[in-house]
Amino acid sequence: MQSFASEFNSAISLILHGDSELWAIVLLSLKVSLFAVLISALIGMPVGAALAVARFPGRRILIVLMNALMGFPPVVVGLLVYLMLSRSGPLGVLQLLYTPTAMIIAQVVLVTPIVAALTRQVIEMLAEEYSEQLRSLGVSRLASVPVLLWDARLALVTALLAGFGRAIAEVGAVIIVGGNINHVTRVMTTTIALETSKGNLALALALGAILIGIAVAVNAMVSAVSLKAEQEGLRHA
Amino acid sequence: MRDGICNLVSRLEVKDLRIRSKGRSLLDVPSLVLDGPGPTLILGPNGAGKSLLLRCLHGLIAPDRGRVVQDGLPLSTAQKARQAMVFQQPVLLRRSVSANLDFVLKRQSMGRTDRKKRIAELLVEGGLDGKARQPARSLSGGEAQRLAILRALATEPETLFLDEPTSALDPSATQMIERMIRRASARGVRIVMVTHDIGQARRLAADIVMMQGGQVVEHGPAKQVLDAPESEASRRYLAGGLVT
Repeated sequence: MQSFASEFNSAISLILHGDSELWAIVLLSLKVSLFAVLISALIGMPVGAALAVARFPGRRILIVLMNALMGFPPVVVGLLVYLMLSRSGPLGVLQLLYTPTAMIIAQVVLVTPIVAALTRQVIEMLAEEYSEQLRSLGVSRLASVPVLLWDARLALVTALLAGFGRAIAEVGAVIIVGGNINHVTRVMTTTIALETSKGNLALALALGAILIGIAVAVNAMVSAVSLKAEQEGLRHA
Repeated sequence: MRDGICNLVSRLEVKDLRIRSKGRSLLDVPSLVLDGPGPTLILGPNGAGKSLLLRCLHGLIAPDRGRVVQDGLPLSTAQKARQAMVFQQPVLLRRSVSANLDFVLKRQSMGRTDRKKRIAELLVEGGLDGKARQPARSLSGGEAQRLAILRALATEPETLFLDEPTSALDPSATQMIERMIRRASARGVRIVMVTHDIGQARRLAADIVMMQGGQVVEHGPAKQVLDAPESEASRRYLAGGLVT
């Protein structure tokens, strides 16, 4: 018990005294996950919006597939990205394995279905409401996509925050494709796993506390965005 | 004055319009011509096909058979652009009041300065000046419907369709909407409006289209249809009216 208390004190001290190793890990985690979410937004939002407004054979199957990908096991995603990026894989020539870029790719694969599925859901509801009005104003189906994306902006921010939450807390995929190399690909989750197994609980606890802080902050932002949407009548009926 | 407007107001014609669903006829209008100068009000009980006819006239629903002709031309995209529609529940973009108007003005490739000027004019016309920056979705029911009408008018339509625009509004809000409709009609915009309110029909209509069971049972000058209806269906409907 005493040992736990002392580890806890050391963890707080690491955070408060701005331990450079600790903050380098936090910074890399944030960088990787933010980049991944940004790329996921660029892919997932138009794909989700297109699936919401377009009508074509096989659309339902694509939606089911996309929803299923939301629950894809991160370890399997890590394994697939590993196979793609490994020296003998189709993208091996790029030599990206065990780099932050590989981790970003893995997180993009994990987060894009979440962003696309949530975007599809939000945009489909809004499109149903706007459909006749936009057609009456002469806005074509394709031209309605940017209108719908803009008007659903606050709900989409929530989707992005959900994606970020998934990315920053993920461990299975990034440890496979990143390799957990010190000062190169070591992020919060992989460091917690490693340091715990080594018995270095202070660093693991400090990173755990920061990770929880980030999760709380993300949830607070989701609540704030929802509240703003409600106040401004931007919420969906 | 009326004759002058009559020459400017667009002419709408329905030819053999039919819509069926699951073996049931929803709309069956062999012929209907709207070419009078004042507002046309469509009356009839629930399920009579009033809103369906309105949507067909605006090209939102394609009929199974027949066509709508506007000023001698079939209802193409270009023809539809000369029309606008206001729905029972105003669908406002999740933006500010002025951004809702700006949205349609931008689509007309209007310059920034002209748009600003036009928005200010429209807001005064609808009694919404001072609310330009307010989120549109936070407006009251009457204000929201006025904004929806202003947005429709911002497209400079020759024909304005209104589907029960005052059904959820109090008398004062209804009065303001009716004033806007009268002003638009006086400017030469063809008004085609669905209502359940017989009092409103008496106040606004130049001619009345009475519908029942997907068919037009009577079409004629408002006074004639309201005071001396020819069809039994019109008589029954008007006898059940709460406001006269």
